[in-house]
Amino acid sequence: MSDVEIKTLTMNFGPQHPAAHGVLRLVVEMDGEIVERCDPHIGLLHRGTEKLIEYKSYLQAVPYFDRLDYVSPMCQEHAFALAVEKLLGITAPERGQYIRVLFSEITRILNHLLNVTTFAMDTGALTPPLWGFEQRELLMEYYEQVSGSRMHAAYFRPGGVHQDLPDGMLDSMDGWIKQFIPFLKDIEKLLNDNRIFRQRTVDIGVVSAEQALDWGFSGPLIRASGIPWDLRKSQPYDVYDRMDFDIPLGKTGDCFARYLVRIEEMYQSVRIMEQCITALRKVGGPVRVDDRKLSPPRRGEMKGSMEALIHHFKLYTEGYKVPAGETYTAVEAPKGEFGVYLVSDGTNKPYRCKIRAPGFPHLQALEMMTKGHQLADMSANIGSLDIVFGEIDR
Amino acid sequence: MDEPLKELGDHIVQATVGAVTGCDVRLGELMLECAPDRLVALLVFLRDDPKCLFKQLIDICGVDWPEREKRFDVVYNLLSLKNNLRIRVKVQTDEATPVPSAAPVYSAAGWFEREAYDLYGVWFSDHPDLRRILTDYGFEGHPLRKDFPLTGFVELRWDDVQKRVVYEPVKLTQEFRRFDFLSPWEGGIERVLPGDEKAPAPAPAKTGAN
Repeated sequence: MSDVEIKTLTMNFGPQHPAAHGVLRLVVEMDGEIVERCDPHIGLLHRGTEKLIEYKSYLQAVPYFDRLDYVSPMCQEHAFALAVEKLLGITAPERGQYIRVLFSEITRILNHLLNVTTFAMDTGALTPPLWGFEQRELLMEYYEQVSGSRMHAAYFRPGGVHQDLPDGMLDSMDGWIKQFIPFLKDIEKLLNDNRIFRQRTVDIGVVSAEQALDWGFSGPLIRASGIPWDLRKSQPYDVYDRMDFDIPLGKTGDCFARYLVRIEEMYQSVRIMEQCITALRKVGGPVRVDDRKLSPPRRGEMKGSMEALIHHFKLYTEGYKVPAGETYTAVEAPKGEFGVYLVSDGTNKPYRCKIRAPGFPHLQALEMMTKGHQLADMSANIGSLDIVFGEIDR
Repeated sequence: MDEPLKELGDHIVQATVGAVTGCDVRLGELMLECAPDRLVALLVFLRDDPKCLFKQLIDICGVDWPEREKRFDVVYNLLSLKNNLRIRVKVQTDEATPVPSAAPVYSAAGWFEREAYDLYGVWFSDHPDLRRILTDYGFEGHPLRKDFPLTGFVELRWDDVQKRVVYEPVKLTQEFRRFDFLSPWEGGIERVLPGDEKAPAPAPAKTGAN
C-alpha cells in the first residue's frame, strides 16, 4: 500500500459557470473532493477603465464608475465625487448631501438584496432570488426617476447631485419601506433556520480577525469576522455623522455570519433612509454647488442668459480644471471600502485615477478560505464574498 | 487638524533613521517618501509600532511620470483601524530596478503588486508569484504607461477559417482624436500653437530684473 501515489486532479472552473458570479476562472487542484489549491484567473472583464479615465474630463469620468460594480453604482460615483470635491476644495450643499446618503443606502439595499439572494441560490435555494429581484426592480425605479436610468445613473456629480428629487418621491419611498420590512422578515424566515442553508454555510470559510486584517478585508466581511469597522462611523462623509444607525457584527467569521451581517445591514439602511426622508422634507436649497465654473446652469437659464450659455459650453467641452494634488478618498460601498486615488496635474483630466475595489483583495483571499474545503463549499465561499467582476477587473 | 499627523510623521522619521526621505501633510493626508531598500523595514515598523499600527494594506498602485529619471511611483496606502488613520508611502523606481515585495508583511500585497507589474512593468523582488493578472494571456506591453496608446497595438477577432481567435494590428476606421482643451491664452504654458510648428521658437520671456 505504501507505494500508491495519489495524484491531484487539476480542474477548470468557469469562466462560464452560474456559481462564478460573472467571469471568474478558477484553476483548482483537487485531491478527491478536497480543494488543495485554487488559483483565480481574473481579467476577463478588463476594460482599461483607469486608462480611459486619463483621457476624459472629470465629468466624463463619472459614468465609468457606474460600470465598475454594476450592482452598486451610486456608491462608487460617491467616492469619485468626494475625491474631486476634496481636490477642488468644495463641499456639496446640505440637501445634496442628504440625497447622496439616501441613495447610497438604497444602493446598499440593492446590492445586499442581490448578494444575499444569489448566495442562497448558490447553496440551493431558488425562491429568495425570485422574491429579491422584485424588490430590486422597485428600487431601481427610484434610480430611474432621479437619473433617467435604472442602473448606470451618473447621478452623483462632483459638487452634489445632478438634479433634485421629483415630486412625490419621498412619499412613495415611505410606502416602499412599509412593505420592505415584512419582505425582509420573510427572507429571513426562508433562510435563517433553513437546514440546508445552514449546513452549507455554518463553519464554512472561517476567517479570523487577524486574517481579515492581513488580507485587506473591509465592509461586511471584516465585520463578520468581529472587527467593528465601518467608514460611515469612523470616517464619516457627507451627513453620515448625523445619522443614527448600528453596525452589525458577526461572531464566527464564516459564510453564515457574512450572510447575517448583510441582512442586518439592510435593516440599518432602512433606518438611515427613514432619517434622510424626514430630513429632506425640511432641508431645502440647492442640490449642487452654485458655482457656474463647476456646475452647469439650468436649461431654462440658458435660453435667456448669454453667460449661462457660455458656461454650459465651456463645462461640457473643456470641463473644469482641478488644482494639482493627490488624494485617497474612500467610502463604505456595500461590498467594502471603495477608494479612489486621484492624482491631478492641474489640467481638466485626471493624471491618474486608481480605483481601489473591495472585491479585489477579497477574491485574493479565496484560496486561503477554501483550502481544505470541498468543491461545493467553494461556491458557497464565492457567494459569501460578494464579488462582481466589473470592479475587480476594471 | 494636521498637527497630530505632523507629529506622527516626525515620530516615524525619527524612529526609522534614514528610511524616510520625505514627509508631508497635504489635504489632511500624511505622505511619506521612502528609499526602496528600506521599504520592507518601514512597512514592518508602520504595522507594529504602537503609535502607528497600520495593520491593513489598502492598496498598492503605480503612477507613471515619464519625464522623470525614475519614472514610476509605487504608492502604498495603509490604514490603521486602531488609530483611525491613513498613511501613504511612496517609492520611486524605474523599469529595471525592482522594488522589494511587501507580500511578507501584508498578505494582501500579492495581487496588488501583480497588478502594478502588469499595468506598469514595475518589478518586485522576492514576490512569490509575479505573473500578469488583468491583461490577456500572452499580452505584451504595460498598458497604463503614459507612452502606451489608448487604442493598444493589437485587436482580436474570431477567424472562422482557422476556428480560433486571432490577433491583428489595430485598424482604426477614423484617426484617433485627442481633444486638447488647454487654452493657450491663459498664459504660463509654453507650448507651440497648432499651425505654428514651423515658426522659430520664441525666446523665453524674461521674468523680473536681470
